[in-house]
Amino acid sequence: MPDVTKTDVKKTGAADPAGATPPMTPTASKPEKARSLWGDAWADLRRSWIFLISSVLILVLLLITFFPGWFTSEDPILGDLAKHYLQKPKLSDVGSADWLGYDQQGRSVFARVIYGARASIAVGFGTTVVVTVLGGLVGMVAGYFGGLVDSILSRLTDVFFGIPFLLGTMVILNSFADRTTWVVIGALGFFGWTQVARVMRGAVITTKQADYVQAAKALGASTPRIMFRHILPNTLAPVIVVATISLGIYISAEATLSFLGLGLNGVSWGNDISDGGNQIRVAQWIMLYPSIMLSITVLAFIMLGEAVRNALDPKMR
Amino acid sequence: MGRYVARRLLQMIPVFIGTTLLIFLMVYALPGDPVRGLFGDKGGSPQVIAALRHEYGLDQPILVQYWNYMKDMILHADFGTQIASGRPVTDVLGDAFPVTIRLASLAFLIELVVGIALGVVAGMRAGRLTDNVALLISLLLISVPVFVLGFILKVVFAFELNWLPPNVNDSTNYKELLMPAVVLASASLAYVTRLTRTSVAENLRADYIRTAIAKGLPKRRVVGVHLMRNSLIPVITYLGTDIGALMGGAVVTEGLFNIQGIGGTIYQSITRREGTTLVGLVTILVLVYLLANLLVDLLYAVLDPRIRYA
Repeated sequence: MPDVTKTDVKKTGAADPAGATPPMTPTASKPEKARSLWGDAWADLRRSWIFLISSVLILVLLLITFFPGWFTSEDPILGDLAKHYLQKPKLSDVGSADWLGYDQQGRSVFARVIYGARASIAVGFGTTVVVTVLGGLVGMVAGYFGGLVDSILSRLTDVFFGIPFLLGTMVILNSFADRTTWVVIGALGFFGWTQVARVMRGAVITTKQADYVQAAKALGASTPRIMFRHILPNTLAPVIVVATISLGIYISAEATLSFLGLGLNGVSWGNDISDGGNQIRVAQWIMLYPSIMLSITVLAFIMLGEAVRNALDPKMR
Repeated sequence: MGRYVARRLLQMIPVFIGTTLLIFLMVYALPGDPVRGLFGDKGGSPQVIAALRHEYGLDQPILVQYWNYMKDMILHADFGTQIASGRPVTDVLGDAFPVTIRLASLAFLIELVVGIALGVVAGMRAGRLTDNVALLISLLLISVPVFVLGFILKVVFAFELNWLPPNVNDSTNYKELLMPAVVLASASLAYVTRLTRTSVAENLRADYIRTAIAKGLPKRRVVGVHLMRNSLIPVITYLGTDIGALMGGAVVTEGLFNIQGIGGTIYQSITRREGTTLVGLVTILVLVYLLANLLVDLLYAVLDPRIRYA
């Protein structure tokens, strides 16, 4: 066991003058290395079955998003009214245009399910980026400067948090006739940043007391440098957890808005579920398959968030 | 205690002004006109439109409109007039709120009872099969969007099994409200389960639980008093913010089950740009949210005597 003891000495560092111990040779007993929070989290993640399942699902979804043509050659927009929805799905015919049946305008449900992924994924990722940057910035400024700035920004956060999320986004989206992906991302982001801001503010307030921040200040580091080089890396963990979980929630929110007729224009699962809901007594498949895809997508991102949370939050172990 | 409550009430004022102003600006600054919406495609004569706009005060600068609106609301409890129907907004809200309150309370009850029960069961058996089943159920409930769940329940319980009516005709009949309430409660129920589970599993390892068991207290008392009282704080925080969310989030559920509550009123006033109705609604929802938060903070002191408000 002498090797292991040496590793421990090396790990603690200071006690070991440079070059005093001969260079380590890897041994069969594999000494435990000191890992960073991220290394530790990664080791934890790789062993989690929730993480494995969700990342496989997300990978497939990303493939569908970027290369819908690999999965179907059918056009999701052009319908053939002769193939009206009274033609039942041919479930044995996996992957063909007939597979999941046709909707009321003779468009292949399978093609629409495949092409609908793009809207959900784009809105999910876009909103998460907007919310994380905006909320992170507000939280960072409020937490770091404190005092009056904090009071004003915190009240502002309360104001945006106080308005029901769905109601607020509906008001914004209702005034746009052409609701592109960007408009929907903007509306969701406008009301969504509050949670990240609160989490970030809390993390910054704890971190700014740390000795290394005081040391950086004493050495004359500039405010932006302290904020982004010293505080930010140590407040990322809780923000990443919130962001991953909310990605799924935003996908769900986009579909809900589409369902209410205030979502994206174009091919989207929410629009198809809403249309299919009217045919629910005669042709359940029109809404069933987009619903399944939507639920699987949301589930995948929420599971990913769970796994990341378990890995980053030592309390959960 | 009294001073704490007074301070909290004072802190609510800026948030209250902020939310109402924000929603007011959003409704009126974004394009669209409720008066023009009264006329069909042909449009009204400019004089009539101008006269109507003057009557509703829409020709004044937006901040003046906001000031007048809030003044009437606070001094005379006058929420303005709904432009489409000509009825006072207080009447419209008076019709809609009781329906939604019934629906939301039933949903709240379901999420409280089922959510906490599932969470405690899962937390007591953390890491075992029951825990994993509860985790799976809650993940599913979070992932399946409200309207999908609503459609599924409708098809299964109303169309196939004929156990429950597909739509709500009489909102005082709790049997009819049951299915919509389950749908409305589903996502929150899952969160309550998760929060309770985590909290229970964590507190189960605490010293005071070991002491209580060592003292020979019956299990019922250890779990029911010692464990619950300490585990419920995060759950109550969530439940407090959820009261307002249940009422504001009823848009989809009410639409699915044809319930004439505030969800429908919200939807109509947004699509018809009924600023007065919408601001009145948001005002009440924000008040509910703020007061629920205050109530939650006061409940902390009851649950945890270490928390004292000076």
